[in-house]
Amino acid sequence: MTRELSYAEAVREALRQAMEQDPGVVLLGEDIGTYGGAFGVTDGLLEQFGPERVRDTPISEAAITGCAIGAALTGLRPVLEVQFMDFITLCMEQLVLQAAKIRYMFGGKAQVPLVLRTPAGAGTGAAAQHSESLEAWFVHVPGLKVVAPSTPRDAKGLLLASIRDPNPVVFVEHKLLYRTRGPVPEEPYELPLGRAEVKREGTDVTVVATSGMVPRALAAADRLAEEGVSVEVVDPRTLRPLDTDTILASVRKTGRVVVVYEGVKTLGVGAEIAARIAESDALYHLQAPVVRLGGAECPIPYNRNLERAAVPQEEDVVQAVRQVLAA
Amino acid sequence: MKTASLPTERLRAMLATMLLIRAFEEKAEELYGLGRVHGTMHLSIGQEAVAVGVCEALRPDDYILSTHRGHGHCLAKGADVRRMMAEFLGKETGYCRGRGGSMHIADVEGGNLGANGIVGGGLPIATGVGLSIQVRGSGQVCVAFFGDGAANEGAFHESVNLASIWDLPVVFVCENNQYAMSMPVRQSMRVERVSDRACAYGIPGRTVDGMDVLAVFEAASEAVERARAGGGPTLLECVTYRYRGHSKSDRQRYRTREEVARWRAQDPIERLRRLLEEQGLVQPGEFDALAAAAREQVEEAVRFAEASPEPDPSTLLEDVYA
Ligand SMILES: Cc1ncc(C[n+]2csc(CCOP(=O)(O)OP(=O)(O)O)c2C)c(N)n1
Ligand SMILES: [Mg+2]
Repeated sequence: MTRELSYAEAVREALRQAMEQDPGVVLLGEDIGTYGGAFGVTDGLLEQFGPERVRDTPISEAAITGCAIGAALTGLRPVLEVQFMDFITLCMEQLVLQAAKIRYMFGGKAQVPLVLRTPAGAGTGAAAQHSESLEAWFVHVPGLKVVAPSTPRDAKGLLLASIRDPNPVVFVEHKLLYRTRGPVPEEPYELPLGRAEVKREGTDVTVVATSGMVPRALAAADRLAEEGVSVEVVDPRTLRPLDTDTILASVRKTGRVVVVYEGVKTLGVGAEIAARIAESDALYHLQAPVVRLGGAECPIPYNRNLERAAVPQEEDVVQAVRQVLAA
Repeated sequence: MKTASLPTERLRAMLATMLLIRAFEEKAEELYGLGRVHGTMHLSIGQEAVAVGVCEALRPDDYILSTHRGHGHCLAKGADVRRMMAEFLGKETGYCRGRGGSMHIADVEGGNLGANGIVGGGLPIATGVGLSIQVRGSGQVCVAFFGDGAANEGAFHESVNLASIWDLPVVFVCENNQYAMSMPVRQSMRVERVSDRACAYGIPGRTVDGMDVLAVFEAASEAVERARAGGGPTLLECVTYRYRGHSKSDRQRYRTREEVARWRAQDPIERLRRLLEEQGLVQPGEFDALAAAAREQVEEAVRFAEASPEPDPSTLLEDVYA
């Protein structure tokens, strides 16, 4: 049966069902127990599964990342919550130099089935050190999978798939999406990693949008439809491995493309997407240069107006679509 | 509680600063409740004695590194309430031109090298400030404030060790307010006191009643003088309590009302008031006048902030040099 859940509830349901089905799934993180997680995602799980499996940790990001790796190497399936994506910078060595490389370095003799969940993104007025979208850093690392769901349904199915995946996954949740609602099947289900989804079909322009930018792209598409412009919105959902085929198929169809992502524009996820289009035969289908909309080249400022200006908004997507149409 | 033979004017100034911090944060809370603040904030109500006792032991040219719970540190170090309030409300006239907000207020000219959004983030920087003081031979001191939770970050251990081996003029001030968000200190470390960790780095460690501003002042003075004289760092733990939730989204399920009430009975402002009144250093009725003056200073700051312009979005990329 399918009913409406919020994105946060969908993540929680995936955690609960994974823990019910597999006693090896344990949660680690700061304030995930009594507090229920900084964004309330793990609310109630301590009560259901006890402190053995829902572990509140001290503020020791490097150690708890390594702890999750060690547990993953030896039979558990840890899910680590990093309170804000910004703090993943404190996990970097363990994540990038250990978790990502162990299976390969050890000649395939070991696996690290670990999920690191973390909320990213601006829009909450939390300023420069609590608003980062750093997913591109991890997309750059062979040995890490990077997942970034944009709907409750995707969040649940992709998280269950990530937990059951034998390899380390960085699972990026977006703060502004936590309260958004949508249909979610009740039973456990997996959505395959590495598969994009066309969130809206269209014929004139392709908008490839990731994470928190997907609802903005869809809202822009609604507005443009009123002007008679048919926009196709593609959500990669997994950023590494990236489903290039679905993106290219859409570009071949529409011949015009806008790529929207929240991370800083330079070398962000959209840079890779644009490069893959340029490397393929889809290039010959383009009737206008690719337009990238990314985060401004600055830290996220506190002031509300500045903060809005630092991240692509619905209006920016509308303008960008008009720009590729005019070209 | 003793007056440590301080001149009356200094004692009254300490009382006034504690009242100012309290008034600032109560106003901040009110503005937040009215929906006038974007973002989050961390209030230090209840912890004023630590900020004031420590900063009272400093010279104006000394440095501090503050934390996410930094309003008190900033005011105690001598910041202008108006520019602080303007920053809190994201205005161009704020200390950081509205770019930083509550969690990043810095008063660089006044020696406050910034609040910090990262737990433990200021500790390594403090060692560098200490190094600079040592190399320049300036005789200054750097205080690094941090919480009990920060004492479990690798950065804490690495920084204290570095300051220790190089005899850096840094005073590490732990504000042990019993919790890191929801994590009680007794569940996050096995040592009785955070200051017990000093022995691992071969430096003095001391724990004081952080609800007693004069005890904090006395212990901080000793540590600061030691650092200034080239004797190296000290780990000073001030045992205190935050009355409010961790931030505005905290349901406080990890503690009881009774516990909060027990600590409030130790209120640092009330304690200093009683002492000064008993000794005749503050006359009956005078306290209320001091409190009213603090509130008026804050109201004035709000008026200033509200009349100030918002940053212009066209300036978004100013100060981006790469
Ligand atoms: C590296 C890092 N991890 C986690 C957080 C989230 N966080 C902010 S404050 C806080 C608790 C800090 O506790 P403590 O150091 O005791 O300071 P207090 O809040 O009690 O003043 C946490 C977990 C953060 N800001 N930075
Ligand atoms: Mg604390």
